[in-house]
Amino acid sequence: MREFTVGGRVFRAVDDVSFHVGPGETLGLVGESGCGKTTVGRLILRLLPANAGRIVFDGRDVTDVPERRLRDFRRAVQVVFQDPYSSLNPRLTVRDIVGEPLRNFGATRRAAAARVGELLDTVGLSPSYMTRYPHAFSGGQRQRIGIARALALGPRLLVCDEAVSSLDVSVQAQVLNLLADLQRQLGLALLFISHNLAVVRHVSHRVAVMYLGRLVEVAPEGILFEHPRHPYTRALLAAVPEVGPDALPPAVLPGEIPSPLDPPAGCRFQTRCPRAEARCRAAEPPLVEEAPGRFVRCYFPEPEPLRRVA
Amino acid sequence: MTALLEVRDLSVSFLTSRGAVPVLAGVSLSVGEGEVVGLVGESGSGKSVTALAILGLLGEQGRVEGGEIRLDGRDLLPLPEREWLRVRGRQIAMVFQEPMTSLNPLLPVGFQVAEVLEAHLGLGRREALARAVELLRDVGIPDSGRRAQDYPHQLSGGMRQRVMIAMAMACRPRLLIGDEPTTALDVTIQAQILALLRDLGRAAGTAVLLISHDLGVVAAMASRVVVMYAGQVVEEAPARELFSAPRHPYTRLLLAMVPGVREKRSRLSAIAGSIPAPAAMPAGCRFHPRCPDAIPLCREAAPTLDAHGPDRRVRCWRADGVRP
Repeated sequence: MREFTVGGRVFRAVDDVSFHVGPGETLGLVGESGCGKTTVGRLILRLLPANAGRIVFDGRDVTDVPERRLRDFRRAVQVVFQDPYSSLNPRLTVRDIVGEPLRNFGATRRAAAARVGELLDTVGLSPSYMTRYPHAFSGGQRQRIGIARALALGPRLLVCDEAVSSLDVSVQAQVLNLLADLQRQLGLALLFISHNLAVVRHVSHRVAVMYLGRLVEVAPEGILFEHPRHPYTRALLAAVPEVGPDALPPAVLPGEIPSPLDPPAGCRFQTRCPRAEARCRAAEPPLVEEAPGRFVRCYFPEPEPLRRVA
Repeated sequence: MTALLEVRDLSVSFLTSRGAVPVLAGVSLSVGEGEVVGLVGESGSGKSVTALAILGLLGEQGRVEGGEIRLDGRDLLPLPEREWLRVRGRQIAMVFQEPMTSLNPLLPVGFQVAEVLEAHLGLGRREALARAVELLRDVGIPDSGRRAQDYPHQLSGGMRQRVMIAMAMACRPRLLIGDEPTTALDVTIQAQILALLRDLGRAAGTAVLLISHDLGVVAAMASRVVVMYAGQVVEEAPARELFSAPRHPYTRLLLAMVPGVREKRSRLSAIAGSIPAPAAMPAGCRFHPRCPDAIPLCREAAPTLDAHGPDRRVRCWRADGVRP
């Protein structure tokens, strides 16, 4: 759980969020603005302290471990950011950007440079680019540099926060394929945070859907996309415009996303939910594990799979 | 359908410190009365520059090197700025991606809608403000009388985009150009705004040129699609044909590179490299260095945009020989 203070009022950006990511696994975390997905990423990275709850990495509770004793964790958990422009220091060469984590962990200048060459090769860039500055690269190349930096210390978990969202589709496809290759080669676990449902489906083994600070549904990828149970998940999927010759117009879910500063009482989705009843307004439903690995937070989960239009 | 907008062989260059750089090379497209046309391409394809040229908003750096932009048969390019003012906003309106930077943060949104009515329709202040409230209501802003007094920062992104649409539709323009109008919005809000654009366009008989990098958005809205690459149109077809049987290798790859929400692909097709910079266009076909189907001819000679059937045009030497 994480609380923020805005204008003297405390609000909970993320509350009662529990999930795990297994070794070599990709968990997709999907949701719209204000759902708290980025806050979850930052909590896991220990870039923000949690107000309650626990973060356990490799069996070790790291929630309250002081920063100086987090070095192993910092090495094992790395991040790839959304914006490949603002996340690379324009005054440093690629060698220094990618080599910085290595130098922080005691590598000599020469050893770091050699490793940077390997890392650039791993992400599909020529090692000869080492002496260049970020401005010399395209958005996709910059994102590869950011990934090389994240890989420098041999992490086991990569938190990708909208890591392909600002890229053109051709570059997005390249980076998604690169992440898939890296996961296979290095056995990386990924926490893939994105608003893009199609991208999340593509990369994830399991998917968690957030709405206004809550997890509303968690399930294996195929099950979540074929048979979503929560009305919000269903509305979200129906709103995605489909590419194809017989694409149906996206279905409209009326209403605005309420401000996370002032969430509705009861179920947080009740103000927009087509199925909401008095019970939903009275008390928030718990996140129920209906089957192993399949969680839903709804009093009236949908029984039917999504209908396919032939 | 008679062509409302006809862009023919439009070439535009931008003046930089290194001289004039060509960014559009002979772009042709048309939009019929009341028609919704999608303009698709990645960054650097020239789709936004095409839109700005149609609106006469290229700025001091931009220069039209050749071609025509005809609205109802009248070429807009030779018009003096005074005449442009009567076209822009009144006959052709535009909705941009980012409503926060398109709206004035210091003025209430109702006032900003009213300004459009005063400028273009000559309404008085009081009348314009009353009409602005109606327009805000028509774009789905609840309690529009009160919200008209709100400043942009008090509205959500979706509501701000509704305000932009109210301003654009204020004079019932013949053509609305939407440049990534829903790209900055959440997916459930995007669906609302797309439905609004479709309904308003139909009701007012307004044609829409919808520019987007999102093929899903275009598939949902457009009856015809124009695909741009590196400053040129590479394919144009009715939406259904384009999505079921793309003929240009770039279009085909573009469709294969997008992950789908309704099916999972094992691996995405990808094109190596990126769109060439305007100053370093390859000889021959501009796509040939990245094209899996390229033959020696593609390196040597630039293909023309040729008709393939009554309403399809493809810029590829192998458009007849290569099948998906």
